[in-house]
Amino acid sequence: MDRAISLFDTDSKRGLSLIGLPFGFSLLLLAAPLILIFFLGFWKQDYLILERSFSLDNYIEAWTEPMYRDLMLRSLGISASVTFATVLLAYPMAYFISFHGGNRKALWLFLVTIPFWTSYLLRVFLWKVILGYNGVLNSLLDWLGLIEEPLTFILYNANAVVITLTHAWAPFAILPIYVALEKIDRSYLEAATDLGDGPLKRFFRITLPLSMTGVVGAALIIFIPTIGDYVTPKLVGGKDGLMIANMIQVQFMKANNAPLGASLAVSAMGIVTMISVIFLTFNRRWLRKRGS
Amino acid sequence: MVEKERVLKINKKFQIFAYAYLLFLYLPVLLLPIFAFNDSTIISFPLNSFTFKWFAGLTEETYLHESLKNSLFVAISTSILSTCLGILASRASARYEFFGKKSILSFLILPLFLPEIIVGVALLVVLMQLGLALTLWTVILGHTLICTPFSIAILNSAFANMDMSLEEASLDLGETRFGTFKRVILPMVTPGLISSILICFTISLDEFIIAFFLTGTETTLPVYIWGQLRFPAKLPGVMALGFLMLLLSLLLLSLFEYFRRRTNRVIDDQVNLEFGNLFKS
Repeated sequence: MDRAISLFDTDSKRGLSLIGLPFGFSLLLLAAPLILIFFLGFWKQDYLILERSFSLDNYIEAWTEPMYRDLMLRSLGISASVTFATVLLAYPMAYFISFHGGNRKALWLFLVTIPFWTSYLLRVFLWKVILGYNGVLNSLLDWLGLIEEPLTFILYNANAVVITLTHAWAPFAILPIYVALEKIDRSYLEAATDLGDGPLKRFFRITLPLSMTGVVGAALIIFIPTIGDYVTPKLVGGKDGLMIANMIQVQFMKANNAPLGASLAVSAMGIVTMISVIFLTFNRRWLRKRGS
Repeated sequence: MVEKERVLKINKKFQIFAYAYLLFLYLPVLLLPIFAFNDSTIISFPLNSFTFKWFAGLTEETYLHESLKNSLFVAISTSILSTCLGILASRASARYEFFGKKSILSFLILPLFLPEIIVGVALLVVLMQLGLALTLWTVILGHTLICTPFSIAILNSAFANMDMSLEEASLDLGETRFGTFKRVILPMVTPGLISSILICFTISLDEFIIAFFLTGTETTLPVYIWGQLRFPAKLPGVMALGFLMLLLSLLLLSLFEYFRRRTNRVIDDQVNLEFGNLFKS
């Protein structure tokens, strides 16, 4: 569309009147609650009564109290590791489906998504069964004679959380990367080969930069939500694998300190958003350098 | 020839990786039926004999039946509500250019990028402030919020693939705008509508965090399962329940796949594109 879109032409009016209801629904149930939770962080709670006076105490506590700071840093570390591991594993899979899938692409994508339609809670719980002291993995390794003692570093700590989440978010990385790879014009690759690029050089000069939109999409859709994961750290994280969402839940539902919970939630979201923006900026700069 | 051999070798390596990765993805799912039919209260190896008793035991859990009924009510209402919102938003997006289109649409799919706990907590605070009681309807509102982005993504491609000349023909022949929408446009996107309903239904049925925060006395199925996970004696029953839910999901997913293929005539190129379109930046 070349022409500027005015608020009042017919198209604009019809479009807006259609989208008005879903937009209003989201304003009411998403924007308003998010704004409220932002302000809630500045209030105080005395048992069940909220005191609406402005103070920075909750935010100061959320940022300076060592326990909260450690939880926040650990959550960020776990989210970043999960994002990295998931994208690293998903990329070759998406590449395989897109470039070597032949006429079985649809089947492969279907196979990749099926496991994720089992109950999320049970999937996480089953990882506990797999990684446990007498679990599937240890039994198998013992049976193969590879270990003398059961491995203990894989359950009830941050490692277990990373493994489980890397499994849980796999399709969210495979699908966008696959879509980005599918859109690459195959003639570019032929051109690169004809001009003397080896497979590796060709990958880094053509395939990877052109599929970067998928990688970035995957990274964001994994990194941001995993920071708020509650179930996985609670079930497999033990004491050393708890994350910020567990603390938010405690503040809201057990400690009756919703304002502190809100300030933790807002801080977590703020940090994650900032990291995402920095990540996007660097990526854009990298792509521009590649493009020239 | 040498080049061809090398390509085959690389292909082989990728294939081995792909199968190994697939095994990793299926590992927990494969364990589900094993423990659902295993005659032991402890969820670990070695296995005992084969049994159906955990499935039989499920018929006596009245609390389970109650939460299943609640979950079905929530999932059905959610799938209908989010599909209605999805119809409005994706029709507007596919057919019209309007003021603020890009920002409004990104705002509508924002819940996809938000941690569910943030959505749950934020809604909980609003409801508390308004003094509203927590019921199944509050869960439905939360679920509708997170399901609508999926509905928009699915329906967007359905509306965009539609032949606009049919709509114009109907208007030229004297049908009203609403009549055209009801009698020409909606029938053409029906496969898309059905896949949207199925996907939203499945997501809502499995959603835990928002339901955990927003349920009052009536619990949904995932909240029930969460409670059961604390009792070791209940675990085999939960495995049996999970296995049944997996079968139901597979049935719904196959139906979804069938209708999705009818939405997108060109099968191979369109696979999962509606999902991928969310990431177009």
